[in-house]
Amino acid sequence: MLRLEPRPEPSRAMFYLTPFLAIGLTLLAGIVLFEALQKPPLEAMRLIFIAPLTSVRGLAELLVKGTPLVLIAVGLAISFRSGVWNIGAEGQFAIGALAGGGVALAFYPATGWWLLPLMSLAGIAGGATWAAIPALLRTRFNANEILVSLMLVYVALLLLSSLVHGALRDPDGLNFPESRLFQTSLPILIEGTRAHVGFVVALAAVLLSWLLLERHFLGFKIKVLGQAPRAARFGGFSAERLIWFSFLLSGGCAGLAGLFEAAGPVGQLVPTLPAGYGFTAIIVAFLGRLHPVGIPLAALLLALTYIGGETAQISMSLPSATTAVFQGMFLFFLLAADVLVSYRPRLRSKRSPAADRRGACEPPMAQAAPLPSGER
Amino acid sequence: MELLANILISAMIAATPLVLAATGELVAERAGVLNLGVEGMMIVGAIAGFSTVIATKSLLLALAAAIAGGTVMAALFGVLALTLRANQVASGLALTMFGLGLSALWGQGYSGLSAPAFPRLYLPGLTEAPFFGKLLFGQDGLIYFAFAILAAVAWVLDRTRLGLIVRAIGENHDAAHAIGYRVIAYRYLALMFGGAMAGLGGAYLSLVQTPLWVERMTAGRGWIALALVVFAAWRPWRVLLGAYLFGGITILQLHSQALGVKIDGQLLSMLPYLATIAVLVIISRDAVKGKLTAPQCLGQPFHATA
Repeated sequence: MLRLEPRPEPSRAMFYLTPFLAIGLTLLAGIVLFEALQKPPLEAMRLIFIAPLTSVRGLAELLVKGTPLVLIAVGLAISFRSGVWNIGAEGQFAIGALAGGGVALAFYPATGWWLLPLMSLAGIAGGATWAAIPALLRTRFNANEILVSLMLVYVALLLLSSLVHGALRDPDGLNFPESRLFQTSLPILIEGTRAHVGFVVALAAVLLSWLLLERHFLGFKIKVLGQAPRAARFGGFSAERLIWFSFLLSGGCAGLAGLFEAAGPVGQLVPTLPAGYGFTAIIVAFLGRLHPVGIPLAALLLALTYIGGETAQISMSLPSATTAVFQGMFLFFLLAADVLVSYRPRLRSKRSPAADRRGACEPPMAQAAPLPSGER
Repeated sequence: MELLANILISAMIAATPLVLAATGELVAERAGVLNLGVEGMMIVGAIAGFSTVIATKSLLLALAAAIAGGTVMAALFGVLALTLRANQVASGLALTMFGLGLSALWGQGYSGLSAPAFPRLYLPGLTEAPFFGKLLFGQDGLIYFAFAILAAVAWVLDRTRLGLIVRAIGENHDAAHAIGYRVIAYRYLALMFGGAMAGLGGAYLSLVQTPLWVERMTAGRGWIALALVVFAAWRPWRVLLGAYLFGGITILQLHSQALGVKIDGQLLSMLPYLATIAVLVIISRDAVKGKLTAPQCLGQPFHATA
């Protein structure tokens, strides 16, 4: 029988290989899925994963969908690295769009070079404020940040919808739940497409997060807190401050992503603005190994499933939910394949000397969640 | 009086999916498994039940399908988190995302259809009694089942050998393993019981409460059920208290118009989520107490070393 034997050291090679293994397994599972749906699997695969890459428009759309994913995932990766589970990015995204879009609407119909930076700042502030709630409740009252940040997603979406139906509704419109069109929008990157400068900002955020994690003492503290909370305590790092930092940073990134979406491809506030980017970005962060280099690649792959999903929806009448299933499977197979990082499959049960005995459990994680497997 | 009785009845109906899902999750957590995929298991249960009742017209088969759907989802989580020792938080998130996607795919073509009415208890004489009649003796079977299963779980956990083993595994899996209990096997069982209950809770939404299929119809109830387990401090009876509290809040929002409250409906819909946060804050304030009540090995992977 196949047995799992702990490796003496986590395998670095496997750490970088398993995302590819996960992608391969997802594609295989996808073929099975399409067979079950009675759609030609290879044609479906071609439409989802290759067709968007063959046109300028498709490539530009890749950047459009990739922008929010990269921005959110970069923030989440730092949060997950420090063992802080902010899973409410979807809500922070909505509030960022609301705050930044609110600025645009407040100054309507003024335009000027100063408006876009002001909107962006408001977006960051909005997302960070929304993320400050779970940070406060976690540090002051010990409340589980997973549940609090997730509950706030529902609150944020209802708030956005309520305001777009009410106070922020376009007064000159036809009573549709949508705001006025913004007078200012993000500069377009590639003429004739929707790709906007937000992608450049997202790449800058990637670079900054790399500098933070690899070249700055704060990044070191984040990694220690995430991997060895006890060591962090002995080192005198304030867990409380790092929790605050993680939430504010990831919330700010999500808020900026929300504003970019509102001021970029959408151009106004609508209730359906947060199209699940906040949750997909969790998959992006993990598939990208919580690493600044991996995240843009993972983001482009998942952006591809969005666009390819739409294409397949139109030309093969595949249900739109196919994309969500694919995204879920990516994370599933990645988590499954990650067993190979710390364990080695062995055919017969033979114990390795490295498998030393571990003690009883650490103090429980009644409030704090266990740690994600960051880079070792 | 009639209005109050109706409010109480609808509060019970709103509370029951939470009672079911939270009871199941409580058992899994007492065994040391933190499954954040309750939302995903519920929604799969909801569509499994609904699609079965449309195909077979049998409510019993539908409930069985919902239980099966939730259990399979839980087993999937088990493969990841127990067999392959993946991080439980991430695995739970994956389960929820996968469940939401899968149910949406599965549910294509089921929206707009409606399930046959779920039978209600009728005891001649008793059910017609004023006020208490319908409240106590005129509900659907699943409400009574939820009470029964909760009582059974409380009894098994506190009074039987099986319960002792499950709790031992949740408190200290190394010690339980050393005595000779099969930690992973018991955890699978507890986890799959949790999945079955979550599936049933989901089916309650699509078969009794609405009874319709709507994409993402669980609307965060799986997460509220998770919060209820924390609120209940891992004690079965407190789950009931918490769930009925939430049922009341949900219904308050529906009846507020009848009661003459003029607040925007969408703002009122925030109430259950805000209440969850408030409850978490109140219950978690005391960090030391929180550490003592939670199962000590909750969320920790187990690997037999000796």
